[in-house]
Amino acid sequence: MKAQAFWEVLKQRGLTFFSGVPDSTFHEVYNAMAGVPEIRYVPAVREDVALGVASAAYFSGQLGGVILQNSGIGNLVNPLTSFSLMYKIPVLLLIGWRGYGGPPNDAPEHWIMGVKTPEILDLLGIPYEILEPDNMEPALDRLLTNIREQSVPGALLVRAGMVD
Amino acid sequence: MIPRYLAIEKVLEHVQPADLVLSTTGMISREVFVSGDRAGNFYMLGSMGLLSSFGLGLALFNPEQRVFVLEGDGSALMSLGAVPLIGSEGPGNLIHIILDNEAYESTGGQPSISSGFDLTRVAEGAGYRTVARTGDVEGLQSALLECARGPGPHLILVKAGIVPVKGIPRVSHSPTDIRDRFNSSVHAGE
Repeated sequence: MKAQAFWEVLKQRGLTFFSGVPDSTFHEVYNAMAGVPEIRYVPAVREDVALGVASAAYFSGQLGGVILQNSGIGNLVNPLTSFSLMYKIPVLLLIGWRGYGGPPNDAPEHWIMGVKTPEILDLLGIPYEILEPDNMEPALDRLLTNIREQSVPGALLVRAGMVD
Repeated sequence: MIPRYLAIEKVLEHVQPADLVLSTTGMISREVFVSGDRAGNFYMLGSMGLLSSFGLGLALFNPEQRVFVLEGDGSALMSLGAVPLIGSEGPGNLIHIILDNEAYESTGGQPSISSGFDLTRVAEGAGYRTVARTGDVEGLQSALLECARGPGPHLILVKAGIVPVKGIPRVSHSPTDIRDRFNSSVHAGE
């Protein structure tokens, strides 16, 4: 799908406040951000910092978003367990799924996390959906329903080439 | 050096009803809870190091409310990267207070590295509007008054002593109660 449409789907659902650490999966998403003036983005220095910043949206009745590469999930384990899940403060995690399928896909540093990404989210009790070329609206709506009903963070996993 | 509980009392005396107060994990939250529990306090029970990032988000979202971030040297050292982000985003309503006792007091007083590292220099380099360093009550009072005079982000570093106060209770509110009380205080400012 096109990056502009990606933002449009998020914006239509009231998601306008984001923080994160870039991943090349979202290269075009970042490029297209400039054309969507409603989006407020805080360029965080680490994924946990991004989660702390984005969680503030909850207290204004909104859902904040965190953009990250799956390698950054490691930096989120403590804030997810002892902040987001404990206080039940939801955010939407937009995760670039590097190393999908394991070796020989992608670079060696992504092989292990590439395979473990869904397992780690399951282990933490974080619901997730996998973005396909034509499913963003139904996948995101299912995820947002889950997030609202449980008041927990939820993740949209985005593989290379899904948004261009 | 100021006993930490006294520094916390002095800070809370400056807090106005509409202000938001965030306190870090461990003894600081427990002392804030005992000294002045109120709905507008967010006690960060876990997630050491996350407080200043959360405070930044709240300050950006609610520019009409002052946000006090109250953390220790251990917490500040853990999230040094958040300091230049606060400087870069520049929320005028953020007041960042570091109670520096050069130790991880909540876990038994193990020394931190802040005895040889001046945390105010990070805030200066990050572009905070005002940076104050004090070790006495008068200095703290005047730094707090300075914060009320102009926009931030402000940093106040308070050199605090290790004076363990025995029998301080844990925060008795449940995490979701802390969230909901705080949520109503955020909306009250709108």
